[in-house]
Amino acid sequence: MEPLIAIVVGALFAISVFLLLSGSLIRLVMGLFVLSNATHLLIFVAGRLTRENPPLIAEGMKVAEAGIANPLPQALILTAIVISFSLFAFVLVLTYRAHRSLHTVDTEAMRVAEPAPRAARLRGRDV
Amino acid sequence: MSEMTGWLLVWPILLPVLASALAVVAWGRERTQTLIGFAGLLAQFVAALALFVQVWAQGPLAMSMGGWAAPFGIALAADTLGAGLTLIATLVALAIAVYAWADSTPEQRSGGLFPLVLALMTGVAGAFLTSDIFNLYVWFEVTLISSFGLIVLGGRREQIDGAVKYAVLNLLATTLLLIAIGLLYGLTGTLNMADLAAKVAQLPPGAALESIALLFLVSLGMKAALFPLYFWLPAAYHTPLPAVSALFAALLTKVGVYALIRVFTTVFPEGFALTREAMAWAAAATMLLGALGALAEVDLRRLVSYTVVSGVGVMVAGLAIGSEAALLAAIFYIVHSIIISAALFMAAGLVVRSAGSADIEQLSGLYKGVPWLAVAFLLAGLSLAGVPPLAGFWPKVYLVQAGLDAGAHMLVVAVLLSGFLLLLTVGRSFALVFWREAESAATPASPAPGASAALAGGGRHLRYALGALVLLTLLLGLYAAPVVEVALRAASELRAPGPYFDAVLGTAELRP
Repeated sequence: MEPLIAIVVGALFAISVFLLLSGSLIRLVMGLFVLSNATHLLIFVAGRLTRENPPLIAEGMKVAEAGIANPLPQALILTAIVISFSLFAFVLVLTYRAHRSLHTVDTEAMRVAEPAPRAARLRGRDV
Repeated sequence: MSEMTGWLLVWPILLPVLASALAVVAWGRERTQTLIGFAGLLAQFVAALALFVQVWAQGPLAMSMGGWAAPFGIALAADTLGAGLTLIATLVALAIAVYAWADSTPEQRSGGLFPLVLALMTGVAGAFLTSDIFNLYVWFEVTLISSFGLIVLGGRREQIDGAVKYAVLNLLATTLLLIAIGLLYGLTGTLNMADLAAKVAQLPPGAALESIALLFLVSLGMKAALFPLYFWLPAAYHTPLPAVSALFAALLTKVGVYALIRVFTTVFPEGFALTREAMAWAAAATMLLGALGALAEVDLRRLVSYTVVSGVGVMVAGLAIGSEAALLAAIFYIVHSIIISAALFMAAGLVVRSAGSADIEQLSGLYKGVPWLAVAFLLAGLSLAGVPPLAGFWPKVYLVQAGLDAGAHMLVVAVLLSGFLLLLTVGRSFALVFWREAESAATPASPAPGASAALAGGGRHLRYALGALVLLTLLLGLYAAPVVEVALRAASELRAPGPYFDAVLGTAELRP
């Protein structure tokens, strides 16, 4: 099971990098979303994948008998999912606002905050 | 240690988050929010002061949340570095809050300025005081989401544009950090930094560990605005309200640098040849390109953004050299940079406020209208460039000395050269904006008559806020010995982290 999921994680990373390199803000945001999901899956696999073995330790024992999945990474992912979900919601709204006020989602055209440098003006009276 | 001392760690995080929640409840009542904001920040400063006094007297302090035995529970912990940075951050945040209050309109304040500032300060204190690496990621996200709210406050087109770049690249950085943490957990099975240090030391050095270390360097370097990943900073930091710029420049990159120092002295104390090399070159390039960027810039606020980038290089250079003296320099420089970045953004904001422009080629003769601003800008700028006897001078002396001792000549040259370039930048902008004769034709918004009037209203408090920070950098320069003593203790604790580890791992009996 793990190798299969590992390949899926790799594919998701590849997709997200492809999307992140795009010039469209919408694709970029989608790339971020795919990247965070790939990360969650990666941490999920790191905690082992087992079926039908609940992470319970029998009374009087220190460790579980059967190979169980580590529940901690799952707790970590849960935290990370909530966080990335809220941040993604913000970025989506921001993208919408950017489209409304800048009239473009082309990252190359978004230069309001960083105008192209002016041609060097040589003025004798400077200083 | 009694239970009460353990609570000292909780207050600097708990008080601002409570105040933030309370301020959100008071939504729409702008005056109440402002009052709660100041009360919360003041309470946080007092809590940070109490914590620092305790840590200074008794050594590192830790407390396990929920009473879970270390290393399974999440522990808060403070050594001199964490407690000291919390103290200086909360102090500077107070000055920035005064500036923010005097510089903003009631509409901007009722948009959530104070609740967001309090939430951001919660995250900053949490990042400084946690000893759990996943918890560090969570605090990063707390600061990030509050900073998203702050950067778009006001909603001008320029801000939206800057916010997009800021948001996308910072989200990418935290996701990379999460990958690094997840992989490290997969390899070691622990998240507690003291436990990680022990587990990582036992692992055979190999490609897996090395790539994780490199991932940490890339993700935290992106947060700290390290070359070649700093481009989001000058794209965004000049767009929000001047007070928000000051807050970001003072604290956010420093949290990244702090995390770099923590990870690369605790978890990977030796580092790897690859990460050490990469860090040194990135630090040198950051210093020089930041200073060159500032020298080439004509927008005063963007110029200040580039100087913030340049400062990050100096701090990371200290970490790259890695000796105790170099870490001392890096820690002193963080303190200096927190103060001076805020002061310079405040001064730039005041220039825009009094003259209506940030273009240093258009501005002129401001000295006539606002001489005190000229003096404050010059002092802050000279401190930035590292001119004695101001605070920026001492860390560079220690860094150059440590670099020569360690044979890191490339970094020494970069520090000195970037200092020279920053001096040119400060001289150039001071000469253009303040010193040269006012040209009535070239400056439509002639500053001289209007300046005092524009600053008359809330101007007094703006002046106090900026003055306090400039005074602080002057005092830290003149009375540098106590700061050096604190930084030396912090650096030696990083290099011999035994007491910190004992505190973190022996926290089972302390429960809140």
